[in-house]
Amino acid sequence: MKRYIDILLNGLVKENPVFVLVLGMCPTLATTSSAINGLSMGLATCFVLICSNLVISLIKNITPDKVHIPVYICIIATFVTVLQMLLAAYVPEVNASLGIFIPLIVVNCIILGRAESFASKHGPLESIFDGIGIGLGFAFALTLLGGCREFLGTGKIFDLTVFPEDFGALMFVLPPGAFITLGFLTAIVNKIRGVKN
Amino acid sequence: MKKLSNSLLNMTVVLTATAIVTGGLLAFVNSVTEGPIKEVNEQATKDGIVKVMGGNPNIKTKTDSVKIDDKTFVVYNVTDENGNAIGNAVESTTMGFGGDLKVLTGFDAEGNILGYTILGHAETPGLGAKATDWFQKGGKGDIIGKNPAKNNLTVSKDGGEVDAITASTITSRAFLKAVNEAYTASAQAAPATDCNTQATVAAADSVNANVEEAK
Repeated sequence: MKRYIDILLNGLVKENPVFVLVLGMCPTLATTSSAINGLSMGLATCFVLICSNLVISLIKNITPDKVHIPVYICIIATFVTVLQMLLAAYVPEVNASLGIFIPLIVVNCIILGRAESFASKHGPLESIFDGIGIGLGFAFALTLLGGCREFLGTGKIFDLTVFPEDFGALMFVLPPGAFITLGFLTAIVNKIRGVKN
Repeated sequence: MKKLSNSLLNMTVVLTATAIVTGGLLAFVNSVTEGPIKEVNEQATKDGIVKVMGGNPNIKTKTDSVKIDDKTFVVYNVTDENGNAIGNAVESTTMGFGGDLKVLTGFDAEGNILGYTILGHAETPGLGAKATDWFQKGGKGDIIGKNPAKNNLTVSKDGGEVDAITASTITSRAFLKAVNEAYTASAQAAPATDCNTQATVAAADSVNANVEEAK
């Protein structure tokens, strides 16, 4: 059991996909204009990651090496399309706010990266835990980033007003703010982890 | 279990099997979600029309389409529950600051603006995204009740009579362009009482003729 908890914590903290592995930067920067957008994107990616990790670890031995990339991509794309159809049907608000970034989960390097480096070498149960860990780590990072940007830019967190919007530095909601916030958050995380040069 | 070797047969079988299984799964999910997605979209359109046509939830609509130059506009002829004409609601799309700006505008029979709602946009949060409220009744750029044939609905910077959103002139221009285009399409579409006529006149001069008529 301890092994599974280690795998889980590994994704959440030690190998956090955003702050430590620095993977999946495109959706990280683009979708985090508010905390709720970051959270939705993180959970959507988490869902795809868990499903694809599970299926890939199950079929890893019946996939010849030379065709494993097309097979993995096909599986990932299927789950993303399923997710998009489900979102459009049952939570249209989320689908509307994430728009084009849902289909782009297919090419999120975190997912293929975990398939290659973890799921294709481990059993199904371990792969599920890795998916949950990395997925939640990604969701946590995106929510934190989105929360900081929303707070600094508009004075709100999850749409709850903390200070009047007029005092917000709008730049943090715009693309440059994403880079600045990400840089500072990564520096803080590195400080906490005790990384030296 | 040993990994399957890279023989041609193995690769073909695995790729084909993957394609069949994933294709089948997608077809299944599609068949399950097709209905709900359609309902969601129809409901969104209906709510939008009710909102821009004065808030009466019992309205009936007939869909028409008007082609001006190369743009096609969807025009909804709206009548109340007794069949009395209210006017037209028109969907129009222009290029905003961040992407397509899709606006639904409601006009009464004289062409006065009854209301508008933004169906889709990619404007900057905190700046252009304010368009959802800015031009509503009581907003700083109130356009409700104005008539594009009588009022010059462009931003004050361009000599018009609408206050642009602060620091978002491009969004304001795009929005007003969408409203003006919607008006042109509405003027060209069949009036709300006569829903069966398809108006697809494309020439620009007939647009002007209609605008004159509306005056």
